[in-house]
Amino acid sequence: MPTSDIILHEEDYLAIRDLIQRLRAEANARVVCLVDRNGQQIAAVGEVEGLDTTALASLAAGNVAATDSLARLIGERDFSALYHEGEKDNLHLSVVGGKVILLVIFGVRSSLGLVRLRVKKYTGELAVALERMQAQSAKARSGKLAASPFAEITDADIDSLFGN
Amino acid sequence: MTFINYAAREINCKIVYYGPGLGGKTTNLKWIYGKSSPTSRGKLISLATETDRTLFFDFLPLDLGTIRGFKTRFHLYTVPGQVFYDASRKLILKGVDGVVFVADSQAARMEANAESLKNLQANLKEQGYDLAKLSYVLQLNKRDMSTAMPVEEMKRQLVIRNEPVFEAVAQNGAGVFDTLKAIARMVLVELKKTA
Repeated sequence: MPTSDIILHEEDYLAIRDLIQRLRAEANARVVCLVDRNGQQIAAVGEVEGLDTTALASLAAGNVAATDSLARLIGERDFSALYHEGEKDNLHLSVVGGKVILLVIFGVRSSLGLVRLRVKKYTGELAVALERMQAQSAKARSGKLAASPFAEITDADIDSLFGN
Repeated sequence: MTFINYAAREINCKIVYYGPGLGGKTTNLKWIYGKSSPTSRGKLISLATETDRTLFFDFLPLDLGTIRGFKTRFHLYTVPGQVFYDASRKLILKGVDGVVFVADSQAARMEANAESLKNLQANLKEQGYDLAKLSYVLQLNKRDMSTAMPVEEMKRQLVIRNEPVFEAVAQNGAGVFDTLKAIARMVLVELKKTA
């Protein structure tokens, strides 16, 4: 199969979370969210209460995927960033390390210029953290880390999910 | 592509409902949404046209429960069935863990079923997947229609390996959860194999 599973360990999660917390603070953003290109949310910080971050992740991935296809149709490799302007809040989407989407929601306390500047500043660090996460995932898959708990899943475990 | 989050103790898997236009893919998701407890389901997102035809995708996140201390979350997607939305279908198949093919049982739609199945195989292949190896379930929907083809004939035309086959009437929920359980089970068994 073409894509490998993503395995996110606690330490990688904390490092990534710390980076996007700092980005949020420096960009005066409301929310910063990191989403895998297939729509799975990796981490979200900020005013996320009442915000459906699962749907947000899925729609952001769909948006970026559709826009990438549009870019290729007109002969571009991709569009490096997307910006959606609202009345009160705005959305900035960019791709980190070719694999992960960085989503920033910001309002009147910030500006597109500031967000773009801060996103640029943190993109490199995030790419390094994500590479480490991928390396860990690869190690886990090749059995160099402790055995996955899923190796122990029994048919009874699966049955119990469905109540039979 | 399963996403295992040790920090949140969650497993996230992606299931795509594929099939010809008006075959009942969105109806499957609507039924699942309607019958799941509000605590286990997320919002049902539909990117549809004004006439309620799927334009890009429908999306429903669903928690099935806990397994070995990990919350199992399934992200259910549908694709737009109409032939000309092929570019969108390809995007939605990215990172898929399991596919449900929703076939329309009406005799007049057999050609559309076959065309859609061929399209599924081609689109998966383009992204490096092999339908023969992927978790895959076939649902024969609209079994209540007077023009429904005999099940054996449909199987003869649409079964591609020894995949589980379910008869369904998604409008009233018949077969909908059986199909979901079967594909979820296959995905989890695959996870166990690759762990």
